[in-house]
Amino acid sequence: MSEYGFNTLSVHAGAQPDPATGARATPIYQTTSYVFEDADHAAALFNLQVFGNIYSRITNPTNAVLEERIAALEGGRAGLAVASGHAAQFIVMHTLMQPGDEIIAARQLYGGSINQFSQGFAKFDWHVKWADTRDPESFRAALSPKTKAIFIESIANPGGIVTDIEGVAGVAKRAGVPLIVDNTFATPYLIRPLEWGADIVVHSATKFLGGHGNSIAGLIVDGGKFDWGKDGKYPTLSEPCPSYHGIRLWETFGDMAFAISCRVLGLRDLGPALAPMNAFLVLTGIETLPLRMQRHCDNALAVARWLKAHPKVAWVSYAGLEDDPSHGLQRTYSPKGAGAVFTFGVKGGYEAGVALVNGVKLFSHLANVGDTRSLIIHPASTTHRQLDDEQKKTAGAGPDVVRLSVGIENVEDIIADLDQALAAAA
Amino acid sequence: MPQYSDEFIRGILRSTKTIAMVGASGNDMRPSYFAMKYLLDKGFTIRPVNPGLAGKEILGQKVYASLRDVPAPVELVDIFRSSDAAPGIVREALAEKDRLGLKTIWMQLSVINDDAAALAQAAGLNVVMDRCPKIEYGRMSGEISWMGVNRKLIDNRKPLLFGKGGALKR
Repeated sequence: MSEYGFNTLSVHAGAQPDPATGARATPIYQTTSYVFEDADHAAALFNLQVFGNIYSRITNPTNAVLEERIAALEGGRAGLAVASGHAAQFIVMHTLMQPGDEIIAARQLYGGSINQFSQGFAKFDWHVKWADTRDPESFRAALSPKTKAIFIESIANPGGIVTDIEGVAGVAKRAGVPLIVDNTFATPYLIRPLEWGADIVVHSATKFLGGHGNSIAGLIVDGGKFDWGKDGKYPTLSEPCPSYHGIRLWETFGDMAFAISCRVLGLRDLGPALAPMNAFLVLTGIETLPLRMQRHCDNALAVARWLKAHPKVAWVSYAGLEDDPSHGLQRTYSPKGAGAVFTFGVKGGYEAGVALVNGVKLFSHLANVGDTRSLIIHPASTTHRQLDDEQKKTAGAGPDVVRLSVGIENVEDIIADLDQALAAAA
Repeated sequence: MPQYSDEFIRGILRSTKTIAMVGASGNDMRPSYFAMKYLLDKGFTIRPVNPGLAGKEILGQKVYASLRDVPAPVELVDIFRSSDAAPGIVREALAEKDRLGLKTIWMQLSVINDDAAALAQAAGLNVVMDRCPKIEYGRMSGEISWMGVNRKLIDNRKPLLFGKGGALKR
């Protein structure tokens, strides 16, 4: 399949004409369960000895198409579709971490991830050490004998910082831990983290992959290259599995072991299954991923340049701008574009930011990114509200920060809306 | 990982009816048992070879002590032993090649031995290393997609209905 291009894979990877009817579009298998051929077949399925479907919490044929598609687009070995990006992160950690273990995560993260890591995961006695996404050395400095993974975003929320994935991957490799990259803002159209040394990729498919703001979904991609048996660090994968009669998942499933473990342990026991309807909608969105992402990036660059020249704008953080600190990394990692999500500072601080989001007429003021529609939010009063002032600042969500997710509308209309809203705001 | 074209693998799976599985295990949680169960389900005849279990049965199939004892025909020898054991097994297989009608030497995941491969190829046999026929069958049939695996191929035709013996058999 290496001979097929990205656009072709976006449309086709993972899909087969339906065996029952010949239907070309992926059917929505709106079913909870699947008949067994006989008791022996049922036992073999439960034992993981044969491939098949038992129950839609664990596998579903519609979801399977999405799983294979994202694995193909990222260049990975296998994928897993789950209910949300948060669920994807939860299941990845559940597979890797034991109580008392640590992950090192970049400070420059989606606020929801910061909360999940520092609050939600703390309840399981999983600990997070913070590092700076702009400085691979800060990850090395945070290593300890309890470190089990490193987590970064390829293009970071909210200001669009581009991470030196290869630099952080080197730290992870030398430490013998996997590098997990949240590739939500970039999508594999712009950046394929596995090609830069990442081991696992996660997505909120809710965003650019689905692309239409209609379905919450999450995805995990297993790069298939990490040695899970080394040093006994990951007993879930390397030791006998009590609920599968003592098979060692790493020994039995080799380079698919991580993805399969996420499914048959994490998804099985924790339960955040993706509805097949949502999988279908995300799949349909992915078919136009290359077209949409390019338009998103081209529009965003035009908007960023316009904002930078605007008298009421104090600063713009967008890696596509030539003088942005991330621009060099953007040219290396993401030459097609810098994504569609970025921040700017409106003169007049918090109040001006709030007035701006209240004054737009085309942009939608809501908590999301990666929709066909242009979106705007003031993180300090919303997505990053639950962080303290220090955390907000380091996450790039200070009081004057406005975040845009630039859509695929006519760029003149997008700019005109910001123009009138800025005129009224500050 | 050695590279093989999909056509090469598919051709082998389609033309193979009987597999001699060297290193077959009676432990129902071992990878060789998983592969044997799956392939039996797909209609292959499997002759397990394991001197420690000779005369017993695995999954209802009689176990043979060595390839010498396996009845003809056998198109494919599937090696579930270590890479170091591969050359010896290939030599045994070559001694039975004409009697069995052998066409392919297949070595399982992480079993890679270039000497064994060269021996087999020189005798005119297909060689596959570091692969599992269960996984390859799963890729070609699409079944492995249900586990979200990247099959690295695109289908534009409706696959045949699966199931033991097809849709009309009971």
